[in-house]
Amino acid sequence: MAYNTDTHAVAVAHGHATFMGVDSRKMAFWAFIGSECLLFGSLISTYLIYKGKSLVGPFPHDVLNIPFTSFSTFDLLMSSLAMVLALAAVQRGDLKQAKIWLFTTAFLGLVFLGGQVWEFSHFYHEGLGLTTNLFGSTFFVLTGTHGAHVTVGVIWLLTLWVQALRGKLGSEQAMTVEITGLYWHFVDVVWIVIFTLVYLIQ
Amino acid sequence: MSEQAQQAHATTGTYLRIAAILVMITLIEVGVFYVPAFQPVLVPVLLVLSLVKFVLVVLFYMHLKFDSRLFAFLFSGPLLLAVGVMIGLLFLFFGAVRLRTGT
Repeated sequence: MAYNTDTHAVAVAHGHATFMGVDSRKMAFWAFIGSECLLFGSLISTYLIYKGKSLVGPFPHDVLNIPFTSFSTFDLLMSSLAMVLALAAVQRGDLKQAKIWLFTTAFLGLVFLGGQVWEFSHFYHEGLGLTTNLFGSTFFVLTGTHGAHVTVGVIWLLTLWVQALRGKLGSEQAMTVEITGLYWHFVDVVWIVIFTLVYLIQ
Repeated sequence: MSEQAQQAHATTGTYLRIAAILVMITLIEVGVFYVPAFQPVLVPVLLVLSLVKFVLVVLFYMHLKFDSRLFAFLFSGPLLLAVGVMIGLLFLFFGAVRLRTGT
């Protein structure tokens, strides 16, 4: 409860307090994440419903590369670790560490995106496009939407990194970094679900 | 943000331990996928392992374990709704297929 009291004090100091004693920006962002759950829930449902219903190939077992995607999963998990370390550094007011970990998070996000671009182009050369079959349509829409979210996250992280480089990311900006972190970790948990439901359970 | 708020979050050591557990679970998931003996129980095992990873990230990296319960409500409400819709759609769809095919 000490945290809530303290959060309230910080929120009041910055003029963002709600009558419930929480920061309004953080509350709004959790509501946004809730709405994102519904978006990804519908996309995952569509994928599962049409699973195994493709009449022509390529089929999932023809194209999905588990070792490669496992590396992408590892990469995204490590980016989440870098993100929490960046937040901890900003909260401590350690600008040097904040720069390092923010850049690391963005870089790992870029590595993930590079992997996704390679995977999509590889699938395309294997004959799997958006309109080839039900697997292609549902797979590309689901993983493409996730990739778009990662892209937004990387741009967001890079803006924070530039802010840190200019010395404008002090501990008073911790809530901004925390909200960025919430977005980034949400993107990570969505991938945890996609990795299992799409790649491992074929 | 003050040190009090920072201390209410997990420590760096906890973050590192959580990362190690997440990597280990991912390795187990991939290992289970390749071991033929696990094929009969592959789906439940993978779902449980995935759920554990999901919960660890949400509780520790998203700080839901330490934060206001209002945030937990804002997150878990739509999440449960999404899961419910997913399960409902799967039952509806596959139930309809079974009725059509008479199996």
